[in-house]
Amino acid sequence: MTDTPTLSVRDLTVEIPTRHGILRPVDHVSYDIRAGEILGVVGESGAGKSMTGNAVIGLLDPPARITGGEVLLKGEPIHDIPRARLRRLRGKHMGMIFQDPLTSLNPLLTIGDQLTETITEHLNVGQDEARKRAIAALDEVGIPAASARIGSYPHEFSGGMRQRVVIALALCAEPELVIADEPTTALDVSVQAQIVALLKRLCRERGVAVMLVTHDMGVIAEAADRVAVMYAGRLAELGPVREVITNAHHPYTAGLMASTPLASVGQKRLKQIPGAMPRLGALPDGCAFHPRCEYAQDKCRRDPGPSLQACDGRAACWFPLGTTQKEDTVA
Amino acid sequence: MSALISIRNLTRRFDVSKPWLNRVIERLNKAYLTAVSDVSFDIEENSVYALVGESGSGKSTIGKIVVGLTPPSEGSVKINGTDLATETDAAKIEAVRDEIQMIFQDPYASLNPRWRVRDIIAEPVAAKGGETSGLAERLLEQVGLSAADASKYPHEFSGGQRQRICIARALASEPKIIVCDEPTSALDVSVQSQVLNLMSDLREEFGLTYLFISHDLTVVRHMADRIGVLYLGRLVEEAPREALFTDPKHPYTQMLFDAAPRMDAFGREVDPPKGEIPDAINPPSGCAFHPRCPIAIDRCSKERPEMRLLGQTRVACHRAE
Repeated sequence: MTDTPTLSVRDLTVEIPTRHGILRPVDHVSYDIRAGEILGVVGESGAGKSMTGNAVIGLLDPPARITGGEVLLKGEPIHDIPRARLRRLRGKHMGMIFQDPLTSLNPLLTIGDQLTETITEHLNVGQDEARKRAIAALDEVGIPAASARIGSYPHEFSGGMRQRVVIALALCAEPELVIADEPTTALDVSVQAQIVALLKRLCRERGVAVMLVTHDMGVIAEAADRVAVMYAGRLAELGPVREVITNAHHPYTAGLMASTPLASVGQKRLKQIPGAMPRLGALPDGCAFHPRCEYAQDKCRRDPGPSLQACDGRAACWFPLGTTQKEDTVA
Repeated sequence: MSALISIRNLTRRFDVSKPWLNRVIERLNKAYLTAVSDVSFDIEENSVYALVGESGSGKSTIGKIVVGLTPPSEGSVKINGTDLATETDAAKIEAVRDEIQMIFQDPYASLNPRWRVRDIIAEPVAAKGGETSGLAERLLEQVGLSAADASKYPHEFSGGQRQRICIARALASEPKIIVCDEPTSALDVSVQSQVLNLMSDLREEFGLTYLFISHDLTVVRHMADRIGVLYLGRLVEEAPREALFTDPKHPYTQMLFDAAPRMDAFGREVDPPKGEIPDAINPPSGCAFHPRCPIAIDRCSKERPEMRLLGQTRVACHRAE
């Protein structure tokens, strides 16, 4: 494709200076999201998924800061612009959906107030028009009797309905990019299915680029077009969702897929990855995954893991699975 | 095999009324939330019985009643023939309580941060004045940690390791039954598989019986022998694992299965389930599921379906066949 991706992240690095040295929760991460595409970002807690999202949208809490790389929104750099300009971009061009809908809404304002405030702030419309658009936005996310409920407070909604309000809020100024950070984690399965279907529909109809951060492989498989797997702050694998799930190239991805109970129906034991993800302050030498990797070789212990670009843009691994090395090791 | 735990017509209501003065001024009646309503099932010895349901379905309340943290409003829970709520013989109560332990969802909230791991693990035994020397060290090794960890504090461990400590504590008094309330919901996938495998191993080693409470169908499918599906405090379907997963009878169970995300469903266009769980204070008439049910008929809104036996499955639905 020749057109510019909606979001383009290049070698993004986030660092947190601490007393015990500099931690790097996001380490040279690069990816693109095109209009109308959902990029799933998966990984365990502490892998840097949310930190990447926050860095893109400019919501890093100090002392965490971007120390390298660039973030381009429709080709325009947004990683080093003044806070005031970024603030205008947020909402207008980028929307954010957080995990817990109760804490991302103001409990003292009606949802109508919150929606109209966002709309008048970012779009050049008057109060009446903003109210009309707010009702339309609520309608679109599937809130029944939107015109009657616009005067309700967040506590009057159930969890699923609240998350719909948050989605309406994120989308009401018609942004090109939405970052959804664990949008369904706090919800029940049936409501989760509703929210995932809603996100997919809105993404398709409006051509919004969505970055969907989650730890649930099932949600990724159903919603995402492409998936990025993160491990210890780095991208371990990036590729089309079907490819990555059915034919993982990085041993970590393969282990992660195999350890979900979904993957081992009818088996007595689940596959497990030994150990746990290392803390950022104590990353091992070489590839960060090598102490847990069953295919690790001397090169993995010695040399830092390769970047994605260095190895076919798919898996950041010296000996990606599905190539000859793997067959040797397995046999 | 005999039923180790036998639950009959279990009901638990919570008083959610406003204070009496408000009731007088605002002319309100007392309000009750029925968290568990007329639930009956048996748990066989050395098996895993799973309760699944969405939030507000009453699964955790049942778990709490079974271990005796909450008394039932009606009905009975008999463990080895002893009903903790009505039994008066202190020795018998003591004996049953020794046999039952619980693992909670949040390993960050269920360990006392000011106690050393050794004291946490030995507490169930120490509380009865039992012999605790070397106990914590032995149990730690059994759950895959090292004996040297006994002198550390909980904050020095990761979530998965803390859950292992919780399991070690539950094992300390050599129980027969462990009630696990969402034991892996707070854990990452790769750690979840480690903990689930550990639980399976321990079950075989010690001949444990689990009451496994979870909202995650995939975990339940992996762990359980028999599964009960709860909706709004009522058991709507109960069946052995294979029967439930290959041929769910109740439309709610079918809806749950359809809604659950799948790994092989790339870009699946689901028709998501309609509506949400209704208010438990004013549940719908008849079958509580009828407002969301795709196959509901008139009768469903008027008459509550009784549990029926269909093959190996017990199901509470007028239309199931």
